[in-house]
Amino acid sequence: MTTLLEAKNVAAFYGATKALHGVDLTLEEGSITTLLGANGAGKTTTLRALCGLIRTEGEIRFAGTRIDGRVTEDIVRLGIAHVPEGRGTFVRLTVEENLQLGAMTRRNRAEIAADIERVYEHFPRLKERRKQQAGTLSGGEQQMLAVGRALMLRPRLMLLDEPSFGLAPLVVQELFEILRTVNRESGVSLLLVEQNADLALEAADRAYLIETGRIVMAGSAAELRADEGVRRAYLGY
Amino acid sequence: MELFLNQLLAGLATGGIYAAIALAIVMIYQAIDHLNFAQGEMAMFSTFIAWQLLQWGVPYWATFFLTIAVSFVGGIAIERIVFKPLKNAPVLSHIVVFIALFSVFNSLAGFIWDYSIKSFPSPFGGLHQVGMIAVTLLLLVGLYVFFQYTRIGLAMRAAAANPESARLVGVRVGWMVALGWGMAAAIGAVAGMMIAPVVFLEPNMMLSILLYGFAGAVVGGLTSPGGAVVGGFSVGILENLAGTYVPYVGSELKLTIALVLIVAVLVVKPSGLFGRRAVVRV
Amino acid sequence: MRRTALLLAALAVALALPLFLKNFTLFQLTLVMVYAVAILGLNLLTGFNGQFSLGHSAFYAIGAYTAAILMDKFDLPYPLTLPAAGAACLVVGFLFGLPALRLEGLYLALATFALAVATPQILKFSAFEDLTGGVQGITILKPDAPFGLPLSQDQWLYYFTLAVSIVMFWAASNLVSSRTGRALMAIRDNPLAARSMGVDTALYKSLAFGVSALYTGVAGALGAIVIQFVAPDSFTFFLAVSFFVGLVVGGVGWIPGALFGGLFILFVPNWAEHISKGLAWAVYGIILILLIYIMPSGAAGFVRAVTAKLQRRAS
Ligand SMILES: Nc1ncnc2c1ncn2[C@@H]1O[C@H](COP(=O)(O)OP(=O)(O)OP(=O)(O)O)[C@@H](O)[C@H]1O
Ligand SMILES: [Mg+2]
Repeated sequence: MTTLLEAKNVAAFYGATKALHGVDLTLEEGSITTLLGANGAGKTTTLRALCGLIRTEGEIRFAGTRIDGRVTEDIVRLGIAHVPEGRGTFVRLTVEENLQLGAMTRRNRAEIAADIERVYEHFPRLKERRKQQAGTLSGGEQQMLAVGRALMLRPRLMLLDEPSFGLAPLVVQELFEILRTVNRESGVSLLLVEQNADLALEAADRAYLIETGRIVMAGSAAELRADEGVRRAYLGY
Repeated sequence: MELFLNQLLAGLATGGIYAAIALAIVMIYQAIDHLNFAQGEMAMFSTFIAWQLLQWGVPYWATFFLTIAVSFVGGIAIERIVFKPLKNAPVLSHIVVFIALFSVFNSLAGFIWDYSIKSFPSPFGGLHQVGMIAVTLLLLVGLYVFFQYTRIGLAMRAAAANPESARLVGVRVGWMVALGWGMAAAIGAVAGMMIAPVVFLEPNMMLSILLYGFAGAVVGGLTSPGGAVVGGFSVGILENLAGTYVPYVGSELKLTIALVLIVAVLVVKPSGLFGRRAVVRV
Repeated sequence: MRRTALLLAALAVALALPLFLKNFTLFQLTLVMVYAVAILGLNLLTGFNGQFSLGHSAFYAIGAYTAAILMDKFDLPYPLTLPAAGAACLVVGFLFGLPALRLEGLYLALATFALAVATPQILKFSAFEDLTGGVQGITILKPDAPFGLPLSQDQWLYYFTLAVSIVMFWAASNLVSSRTGRALMAIRDNPLAARSMGVDTALYKSLAFGVSALYTGVAGALGAIVIQFVAPDSFTFFLAVSFFVGLVVGGVGWIPGALFGGLFILFVPNWAEHISKGLAWAVYGIILILLIYIMPSGAAGFVRAVTAKLQRRAS
């Protein structure tokens, strides 16, 4: 397996305050990795740092090239799609326009149209509402739209910030099934931030644990699940 | 009845002026989420450039398109040079910079072309009013198509509505804003060249027109180009009817009427007649 | 402690200035204080309550005309015109604040901008001509120093304005640190939370408009007395814009900022004219842009940065 993304000693800042203190991460091509941690541990911050939304220090490489210090727009063009916390819906645009925007970096119109249909196959609910203003979708539907929008990039890596947030348990199962399919069939790597650690560890190959801006544990998903401390703090049994 | 119809027509004609400038206002509001108080002066300056080209013997339509192109580039340059470095400054500081631009353009125009009144030709001869309205409507249709049916139009809407999400899908938000400035300056230039044959050209021609344009844009709801045009026409008609039928208040207090109109519309319907509920970022 | 010392030193300098300065310079400094009070009024509204206004020239005009008419038509002694002007503007401001309640941000800026543009027209309106003097305006007499004090008229007006300004600034800083002031700021920072804490936001916002107008109205009255003349074209939207510029240059939400703002709007246009007569306003605009460039948050941000640096060095 080859390394797709590597972060070395990455610090991140909100204004003058340091929110990450030297994070190291390695994502393998085609893998599913999960990043676990308590509220405020720095999960969202890590994802934001990886795609250049906040100021960082340290080294980040994606497919061999340095991406730290580059602007988000360029990082996205390399194939990193981010499903942000809070979904980032364009509320005044229609569902279909939201999906179109996801493919903003691509040229081939026929392929884009085909990909929109693919997203509709994954999420038939979105197809029914394609001409509707996205702000009028339910929270769960907007979450699907956010994932669909990220898929429209045809990314090599997807950063997912709590994709199960606000979804009914059954829909969560469905969503994870879709994510696994995308991972398996298109080889898209996933970095998954989840409150639901059980679910995330089940889906993931590797896992990292973050506490107050530092990675405190790394290993295979099975190893973390077997760990006494992780079990007690994050799995609750 | 005939008087009424005449005033109505006259109102439509002046309304065309306001509609054109209102359109430029809405355009910039869509792109940067701000009202640009220097918009009128920028349009005035563009019109002077056109006047100068005509003086040098450039044919009208060549002048027309050349002026649009120069204004477009100028608008982009203003954004890149003046506003880009200030993107983290507070909103109020931005408004001060609009004011600064206002005085720069006004003063420069007076310095280069002096303050005497100049006449400006119309390409439509005696049918100028009709031509002006046609041009405004044409602009409107063009904008509608641009925003609804082109990818870059979609990207601009996305960048204005939610800059961070837009960046996450790869939209170059900074350039979208610059493009918005360019387009607003270009539309302002068209408006200026259409207005100048009616009101004559001089550095202070735009102040009250800008106010009426704001009134039109606000009546129309600031977010809707179609609303801006309808709003501009309504303000023109109302102004003329009030001038005729409200005894002696109408003619002397025209601006005051515009004021009352703005406040009344805003109070009754804060998002304007055609606007979506505005999310004001302050 | 340090603050008191600083204030006392400033006061001593202010009191001593008339001994050293020419009458014209003194006149200019008097105007600086007048503008500072007007800007302070705007700051109370914008800086502490979060409401925009590009229309404060209207309140300044109302204050000026109230003073001028009372002196011209009713022979009221000039010191008494100040409370009258303040009261008139309090009422007008409060009433304007009521519809303004429904407006936010840019929409309010727009409505007040319209108010500013319309003001000269209303002042010229022929129906009021008997009272306002129409386009000609009203000329008033310059007061002498009272009680046979050995002061020139300009020196006396300087001290008079200084005294009024001190009272106004003192009252403003008390207002800001009072319960009312905290309510105003809570509304600025988070209107929904303020309402849920039981603050009557509608009342406070209108009141903020009223008090702000009062300040600017008193400044207008002072200005009329100092300049001895009122006319519609002295109160164009340009004046409103100047106040706004003064507010931002001085620092939004910082009370001493009003003084910096007053200095700026009085002296910088003069300098600009020195640099180039024909392009004075272009120069002014460029100075303004450069200033925002260097100090995006005005003098307030600058002073804050400097004191922070000094403190860091001290510790
Ligand atoms: N915009 C911001 N400005 C300043 N500090 C911030 C900002 N956003 C987050 N922080 C701080 O950074 C730290 C990490 O926050 P982050 O949002 O990354 O947590 P998280 O792990 O995603 O938590 P949650 O599970 O609640 O989403 C927190 O201490 C938070 O207070
Ligand atoms: Mg988070």
